[in-house]
Amino acid sequence: MSYILEIESLSAGYGGPPVIENVNLKVDENDFIGVIGPNGGGKTTLIKVILGLLKPGSGRIIFHGGSTDRTEIGYLPQMQEGDAGYPVTVKDVVLSGLMIHKNAAGRMTRNDRKRATEVIEELGLSGLDGYSLSELSGGQRQRVFLGRAVIGSPRLLLLDEPVNFVDSEFEMGFYEKLAEFNKHMAILMVSHDVGTISSHVKSFACINRTLHYHPSGKITNDQLRSYGCPIQLVTHGEVPHTVLQKH
Amino acid sequence: MLQGLLEYSFIVKGLLGAVFTSITAGLAGTYIVSRRMVFLSGGITHASFGGIGIGHFAGINPVAGAAVFGILSALGVEYLSDSHKMREDSAIGILWALGMATGIIFIYLTPGYSPNLMSYLFGSILTVTNADLIALGIMALVLIIYFSLFYRTILYLSFDEAYARTFTRHASLFKYISTALIALTIVLNIRMAGVILVLSLLTIPPNIAMLFTRTYPRVVVWSVITGFGGTMAGFTVSYFAGIPTGATIIFTLVVIWALCRAAAVFLKRNRRLTKINISTI
Repeated sequence: MSYILEIESLSAGYGGPPVIENVNLKVDENDFIGVIGPNGGGKTTLIKVILGLLKPGSGRIIFHGGSTDRTEIGYLPQMQEGDAGYPVTVKDVVLSGLMIHKNAAGRMTRNDRKRATEVIEELGLSGLDGYSLSELSGGQRQRVFLGRAVIGSPRLLLLDEPVNFVDSEFEMGFYEKLAEFNKHMAILMVSHDVGTISSHVKSFACINRTLHYHPSGKITNDQLRSYGCPIQLVTHGEVPHTVLQKH
Repeated sequence: MLQGLLEYSFIVKGLLGAVFTSITAGLAGTYIVSRRMVFLSGGITHASFGGIGIGHFAGINPVAGAAVFGILSALGVEYLSDSHKMREDSAIGILWALGMATGIIFIYLTPGYSPNLMSYLFGSILTVTNADLIALGIMALVLIIYFSLFYRTILYLSFDEAYARTFTRHASLFKYISTALIALTIVLNIRMAGVILVLSLLTIPPNIAMLFTRTYPRVVVWSVITGFGGTMAGFTVSYFAGIPTGATIIFTLVVIWALCRAAAVFLKRNRRLTKINISTI
């Protein structure tokens, strides 16, 4: 059986002691995995290695069909204040998600532009194609970046803290969109906030230098404590809720 | 007769200079303003003065000396900040002062009087040679080809470098090439506006364009147009008033920017008022 992504005995760091060590993870079609862990636990390092931005110290990463080709990854980086004043339109930003399929002198075709307009409409941003990012709200901007991540119809969508700094109304709509995309692509979402993502992901991976996978989407208090994750207990009852440790 | 010819060639030179300057400054300026590299560009400009001084002293073309100094300092700063070996602004500050100090020392050490010193500091269309114009023309052509061929890569790389690195392995290469071209553009324009003023030739036109448009190619086109208009207006005023060309061009551009800024604020307020009126009906 071929997985979308297979990580085997992966260790990586920045010259000093490894930030992540002996990480194993398999991502299957339609998986929706929440990667949680404390700050400095290696969440972003893991994403960087998957994206090929950081060379692993040891271990390997295999994509669908045994390839090492990363063209089937869509990536939504951590939201930055960024440079909203940059002279680029919503459509141009969404189109940049297709650059992975083009060379440095690549041009956008009529079909590419059509596809961009479709994605923009799909994300509820109809009519904003020609706007600059400075004219949009934070939530709208984040949807533009989600559009950039999905325009190439990737098999794997990597999200790094996607709902930081956005309002809760946007957050609900955002997760609804993710559920739709999840029908066609696997999602790996990094977050430090287990409470928020618990009712949306199908399974958890807990990372704090080493990684532990919880297929059920439930984590017990003891498990969390032993991995040094934020001490929170997630329950999926009739009303999903988070139980915090006494504090 | 001779007087007429001289004046004629002076005007042709001025016109050609204005065309090439506005094209190169429009393309390079849009890049540095969008990427927020204005301070780095200031550093490059002043560092290149070191090359001018050494060129004078060694009897080689000062512009060639400036080009070497400008490109090396630009690439050096990009490398230091990329590899996190030094804070970028500190590196720029040091290069800035080092270039000026080197320039002044070597010009002082050069035997005899240096009549061109002022023209390098403040620019003068009178000292622009045919070779300078040809170099600037070639530079314009190179920039047009480079920016149109790799438009998407350059656009996305300067908008979101971290993301661009996920789709291209040549991100650093493009950054270094772009920076080297910017350095060369600045150096070749020093003849027009001088070390002290050249930076505004690159930064004011894109800032005028960005008041009215939001796509990169349009900012470039409008920068070239406003740059040309400002340069020609400044050139004409300086000719008739008998005041320094470089300074007059920059002054004219700043006046255009201030007027456009006021117009943009007025237009925005008007649009908002119209919206309010409609919504209250």
